[in-house]
Amino acid sequence: MAAATGVLVPRLKDAGLAALVAAVLFLPILGMETVPGADGRLTLDFHFHIVVIGAAVVFAGRLAMLYLSRGRALRPSGRSGVVAEFVSRHGTWFGLAGLAFAIALPFLPFASRYTIDVATTIVIYVMLGWGLNIVVGLAGLLDLGYVAFYAVGAYSYALLAHWFGLGFWSCLPIAGLLAATAGVLLGFPVLRLRGDYLAIVTLGFGEIIRLVLINWHEVTGGPNGIADIPRPTFFGFPFTRSPAEGETPFHELFGLEFSTLHRVVFLYYLALALAMVTNLFVLRIRKLPIGRAWEALREDEIACKALGINPTNTKLTAFALGAMFGGFAGSFFATRQGFISPESFTFIESAIILAIVVLGGMGSQIGVVLAAAVIVLLPEVGREFETYRMLLFGAAMVLIMIWRPRGLLAHREPTLTLAGARGGGP
Amino acid sequence: MSRPILEVLHLTMRFGGLVAVDDLTFTAYADDVTAIIGPNGAGKTTVFNCLTGFYRPTAGQLTFHGHEGPVLLERLEGFRVPRHGLARTFQNIRLFGGMSVLENLVVAQHNRLMRASGYTLLGLFGAASYRRAEAEAVERAHFWLERTGLLERADRPAASLPYGEQRKLEIARALCAGPKLLCLDEPAAGLNPRETAELGELLLELRDRHGIAVLLIEHDMSLVMRIADHIVVLDYGRKIADGPPAEIKRDPAVIKAYLGETEEEELPPEVAADLAGSGGGG
Repeated sequence: MAAATGVLVPRLKDAGLAALVAAVLFLPILGMETVPGADGRLTLDFHFHIVVIGAAVVFAGRLAMLYLSRGRALRPSGRSGVVAEFVSRHGTWFGLAGLAFAIALPFLPFASRYTIDVATTIVIYVMLGWGLNIVVGLAGLLDLGYVAFYAVGAYSYALLAHWFGLGFWSCLPIAGLLAATAGVLLGFPVLRLRGDYLAIVTLGFGEIIRLVLINWHEVTGGPNGIADIPRPTFFGFPFTRSPAEGETPFHELFGLEFSTLHRVVFLYYLALALAMVTNLFVLRIRKLPIGRAWEALREDEIACKALGINPTNTKLTAFALGAMFGGFAGSFFATRQGFISPESFTFIESAIILAIVVLGGMGSQIGVVLAAAVIVLLPEVGREFETYRMLLFGAAMVLIMIWRPRGLLAHREPTLTLAGARGGGP
Repeated sequence: MSRPILEVLHLTMRFGGLVAVDDLTFTAYADDVTAIIGPNGAGKTTVFNCLTGFYRPTAGQLTFHGHEGPVLLERLEGFRVPRHGLARTFQNIRLFGGMSVLENLVVAQHNRLMRASGYTLLGLFGAASYRRAEAEAVERAHFWLERTGLLERADRPAASLPYGEQRKLEIARALCAGPKLLCLDEPAAGLNPRETAELGELLLELRDRHGIAVLLIEHDMSLVMRIADHIVVLDYGRKIADGPPAEIKRDPAVIKAYLGETEEEELPPEVAADLAGSGGGG
């Protein structure tokens, strides 16, 4: 049994170390509780037994894990690569099936106002994910300030509607254009930067936009935000019970009973349409020279230069187009909420969108859909767990990244094949 | 001698106090395979980086007789050099590893395809002119894949290819850019003797059948002596010899640079012997 003791000692050590780390962490988190004292001041209550129990659980768990995995570290699953390959090879079919489901969703038996609302949120994150995928997944530029473009889009619509009385449909392209301009403005100074440096500058840019929104009282309303943003109309027919003079509301147009659900469903389809436009655009542009140049730039910038690709312009287009879709999504967000404030555009939003792209598998369209669904649904499903909701969320993220470090669907299909391009091949 | 394709005049490149290339003057001709040789650290790759716009030379004039007539390379930004007909490969292979072999070759034709796709606008709407241009690009890729023997690999990720094939792919990619002058930085490094022989054949074919001039940095002396029409020898950034292989072999300065000093560790004795001796020849 010399071999058994040979592995036992290092494993005990490993588990002991894990327990020690856990104990240090648990001491303030679980071991101390602030309670109001007799004289109204806060005092600390110590629960050392909880810390000891927690550390013991970690010790046992770590030891069990080491034995179950026979000393190997938790390893990314090899088999799921086959699934990823299968899904991306038949991407069109999965995509169409998903789209059919998305279209049918409001009419399915379990659809309620709540489900449609959550679905709308998912679709918006899918759209943002697809937009950011251009910048991060295809061009390989790590952008931590994507929410800035979302904010530019939202405020563009809100302000244009507020000051000039423009409607949603005329504002949508303008908002996209303004966001794209913001993308180019950000792009110019940061083009020389790569990797971590770029990430930090984009992070700063996101904060700058938010701070401008907070502090430019006269225009943006500061922290109070902008209220009474016009709700979308069905091509000019509003979703109201009692419309203004001379307007026909949606329900009268179709001879329906008035229901607030109409607008919710309409918003859902609007989001879906915008997302599908984004998807078609990205699918298409991936197969164009600019899309391939983005991916080539991600792989090796020096080789790109040696082949005559202008890295500046190529990166700027990626920034601008990614930002444009962020702007579209922002406009939609503004019209859906009817109220926006800088609160909605904090760094955590950027982080969530980036998490969706990374979790989905860089550059994968279907992966983004899966990841967006996971990220939006996990906290929703976890609502019953209340306090532990975000803990579960974090644990799920960690597990997914251990299981699939390159994202849920990391398999990449070539944009063209020799056989396909030459009609059956030689 | 035929028309010059590249005229390097008094090229000097300094990095702070270090003079990497010192007053180098040579001419490469359009129907030649020109080789730049020299011990490690002699400044060969620096010359390439000056030619292809990665470095801005400290001094000197680099005239390239490209597709649109003569241009001064030292005034061009790096990414503008290839469109005049000068393509290069790298000492440490730089492929787009995650992309397929065919995609690598299509990316090399980026500028042509960008114009055809109406800078993306026409391409988005699937214009026929773009589809035609893309088909042509695939044909060109197919042509060079066949020449380099990589046809079977077309749809595999570039990074999954064995080392020798990656070298070939990088050359094929440079060729897809449509060069008049192909600059190869140690293309035979890491190749086995059979692959090296094939590489030699390919370079001669480029010169003889496709009218593509080759400028080559190489340590494999048997290859250089066999295929080069003209050799430039650098040592410590200075040109110590310039001429046809037969002359270079006998040049006392070259023999001294390779044999007489201690920096020639990278040269195995048999290669040095090959260089110094009268055998081989081409």
